[in-house]
Amino acid sequence: MSFVRTESIEEIKARNKDLIQEVLTVYPEKTAKRRAKHLNVHEAGKADCGVKSNLKSIPGVMTIRGCAYAGSKGVVWGPIKDMIHISHGPVGCGQYSWGSRRNYYAGTTGIDTFVTLQFTSDFQEKDIVFGGDKKLVKLIDELQELFPLNNGITIQSECPIGLIGDDIEAVSKAKSKEYGGKTIVPVRCEGFRGVSQSLGHHIANDAVRDWIFDRLTPEKSRFESTPYDVAIIGDYNIGGDAWSSRILLEEMGLRVIAQWSGDGSLAELEATPKAKLNILHCYRSMNYISRHMEEKFGIPWCEYNFFGPSKIAESLRKIASYFDDSIKEGAERVIAKYQPLVDAVVAKYRPRLEGKTVMLFVGGLRPRHVIGAYEDLGMEVIGTGYEFGHNDDYQRTAQHYVKDGTLIYDDVNGYEFERFVEKMQPDLVGSGIKEKYVFQKMGVPFRQMHSWDYSGPYHGYDGFPIFARDMDMAINSPVWGKTKAPWKAVAEPRLMAAE
Amino acid sequence: MAQNAEHVLDHVELFRGPEYQQMLANKKKMFENARDPAEVERIREWSKTPEYREKNFAREALTINPAKACQPLGAVFASVGFEGTLPFVHGSQGCVAYYRSHLSRHFKEPSSCVSSSMTEDAAVFGGLNNMTDGLANSYNMYKPKMIAVSTTCMAEVIGDDLNAFIKTSKEKGSVPQDFDVPFAHTPAFVGSHITGYDNALKGILEHFWDGKAGTVPKLERTPNEKINFIGGFDGYTVGNTREIKRIFDLMDVQYTILADNSDVFDTPTDGEFRMYDGGTTLEDAANALHAKATISAQQWCTEKTLAFIAGHGQEVLAFNHPVGVSATDELLMALARITGKEIPEALARERGRLVDAIADSSAHIHGKKFAIYGDPDLCYGLTAFLLELGAEPVHVLSTNGNKAWHDKMQALFASSPFGQNCHAYPGRDLWHMRSLLFTEPVDFLIGNTHGKYLERDTGTPLIRIGFPIFDRHHHHRSPLWGYQGGMNVLVKILDKIFDEIDRKTSVTGTDYSFDIIR
Repeated sequence: MSFVRTESIEEIKARNKDLIQEVLTVYPEKTAKRRAKHLNVHEAGKADCGVKSNLKSIPGVMTIRGCAYAGSKGVVWGPIKDMIHISHGPVGCGQYSWGSRRNYYAGTTGIDTFVTLQFTSDFQEKDIVFGGDKKLVKLIDELQELFPLNNGITIQSECPIGLIGDDIEAVSKAKSKEYGGKTIVPVRCEGFRGVSQSLGHHIANDAVRDWIFDRLTPEKSRFESTPYDVAIIGDYNIGGDAWSSRILLEEMGLRVIAQWSGDGSLAELEATPKAKLNILHCYRSMNYISRHMEEKFGIPWCEYNFFGPSKIAESLRKIASYFDDSIKEGAERVIAKYQPLVDAVVAKYRPRLEGKTVMLFVGGLRPRHVIGAYEDLGMEVIGTGYEFGHNDDYQRTAQHYVKDGTLIYDDVNGYEFERFVEKMQPDLVGSGIKEKYVFQKMGVPFRQMHSWDYSGPYHGYDGFPIFARDMDMAINSPVWGKTKAPWKAVAEPRLMAAE
Repeated sequence: MAQNAEHVLDHVELFRGPEYQQMLANKKKMFENARDPAEVERIREWSKTPEYREKNFAREALTINPAKACQPLGAVFASVGFEGTLPFVHGSQGCVAYYRSHLSRHFKEPSSCVSSSMTEDAAVFGGLNNMTDGLANSYNMYKPKMIAVSTTCMAEVIGDDLNAFIKTSKEKGSVPQDFDVPFAHTPAFVGSHITGYDNALKGILEHFWDGKAGTVPKLERTPNEKINFIGGFDGYTVGNTREIKRIFDLMDVQYTILADNSDVFDTPTDGEFRMYDGGTTLEDAANALHAKATISAQQWCTEKTLAFIAGHGQEVLAFNHPVGVSATDELLMALARITGKEIPEALARERGRLVDAIADSSAHIHGKKFAIYGDPDLCYGLTAFLLELGAEPVHVLSTNGNKAWHDKMQALFASSPFGQNCHAYPGRDLWHMRSLLFTEPVDFLIGNTHGKYLERDTGTPLIRIGFPIFDRHHHHRSPLWGYQGGMNVLVKILDKIFDEIDRKTSVTGTDYSFDIIR
């Protein structure tokens, strides 16, 4: 099944450039001009990928992006487990984001933890006409009565809140005072703000700054520090990722005092300013608060990548470099401990995956961070792009991850992605639920790289065998030999997009 | 280190191991400021009490775990039931990402839909430019035969006028003047996904029948012998629509399925992605005006649509998710009456087989208590079937049910000796249901995937029927309607009953009640 690539790098680049020109022909002129800026063929040695990013999506195309609410409630705040997150506005947004990101947590749901519940003010027409502040006041009272063990509340604004001018900040302040200083956080993450979920991450980070950090009091900081205290930032514990990361940090001698935000708690948020180092996995969603803590509390931060053994080892050493020799030795000890597992995984799976090609389109850090894990298995990423990346994401991608000639597509839409896959014939596509079935219909193996397709964890040494197994079962599943009926001749091209 | 290359442990096993359990315990003890376990247990026990139920039912502002979604989801669901139709949602783009994901997660199928990607500037100046550019782009890229427009709450709050916007966009050349762009206003703060389905379907019929927004003369009705059938918002549309077609064919009835999305949510994997597949042709949508009658499978999903159709001179008839013997009898007899066709022997034999199956199995169902939640029509249809099985529905809850639904449900209960202690709960949510299950326990719960939290909390076994079903695969391919569908529902219920008996009696060291023969 594997597509044979006999072209030289120059031929690949020329083909990819032609491909970009080809997809642009379908658009009206104005749209083609705008989209052209988001598509490119990477040139080795360039400081970034040469695409524009973080700009408005074009109306009427099937953008894969979400909204600010999705970024704030769905990603940053939603996984904080002992707080109640109100989807404030109509019923839909909370309903669709209910339990869909697999942010695993430990706790008694509905009693002391609340991640997999859907709390909403379920706006009706009268709430739009008369405003929703009074309803919000009453709703918070009802929450307090029915869920007395909640440690805090956030108010995640849906579109109408900003449009009708509700004062959720005033409500938060008044109710917090009434409940003895309870943490109640208003978040202005209305879906129409910004161009994607990215602004929602930023707004959510700012809310942590303004409504958690700026209100820290000595009695909230009961914490006894050690020189080895770190905080995991930007891991959402999808399929348990943050846990398979945390265990490595603890094994090398560090103490993880907070996890953001998967399986995180309000107490951990409040403790984070006492960390000696913030280690940041998803740069895109939480660099803002990491920078803030650096400026305000003097806490350094470093990015890390726990996908695949090469990047894990590199990251463990990088994290250890901030500490003394005992931690540096700890990192080497951890790397050595897991090396036999890594060797066994590579020995088993690399022969099945060697030379296979991958096209990615995901959010956050994954369009670059998973490339190393694929390479550890002998695979090659031939196209990648970000749902909501900014220029600094594309810089990191260009400087540390992608090869010469890689096709880059920012905010790709359904039409473009289908065309690219049809022409480049990858062995695997990694993207989200909206793309999954499109490509499977075309006969292309697919993995959801937002949610690990209900599998995971993928992070850390315990995650790598799962990652390797999943890519093997996707690509080498017997089902892909059955897509063409035997009585129908197999004609090129192998894959076809919709006309 | 528990992980192993030869036997890979994923999350299901990995985190249950001692290393991770120890790590999680340490995290909780040292960093989470967790509550005292005794206090957690005390509150958990309190939450099961009648006192808690009273407080829970006194809620006025807070909704927890509602069993409903918002209007535009229903509009998208209805729109893709027409040939070559691209749903276009006017408003912010994040909503469309949610609808597409939601439908894909249920059907395990692609879901195609675009938005006009409105942001802050559109909030201030209105979304006309977004509509104009958006229609042009989607028309060029996705080559639809029709673009069906609906709205999000954002566009509704700022008051964008779809009729005027579409007209202006056409004048600016976004799409040809005669290109079909039906529309419906579908604010998320009114009704639910079933309201959106109703509004969108009405919008599409209105477009074709009433002069395409004033651009052509209205159609004149010339009655023919055809029957229109509307399925409504239905998570089983793939299996149900096909079953209905089979029944119509057996009856030799000429019919038009309005909003036939059974193919677009069930495309083959054969190397080709079909963005549009099947669907009611636009010609059939227009000609549906001339039909003799329109039958809806769901009353509360098609109220406005049926009123509109009745206003054009057709007989209209609504069912409530026709599940089981009597509901199918009524459907077939109505068809026979309207069309003058005989009910064929093949269907009579199917009926007899379902009755036979019920007779074989009713001993296991008789007197069992059930709680049900879901869309109003589904609740009604399932309850009616349970009553004819001799089961006792106890709590029937519909977040998007209204007063009329409540009254009709109560009349249904009153009609059967098995419905005497049963209550219908309109406008309530699944946290209310939790209190009901703790204070007035039942044997089984019927509902969608979200019921698994109730199953875990209350220990009530869940039979998955409804929308969405995310955590089980392919249920939507089998019908619930007709005698065959009744058979499927019966088997689903029986399987759960037998599984429960086996689970309770699977005790090594005893060998009673763990029977081979039932």
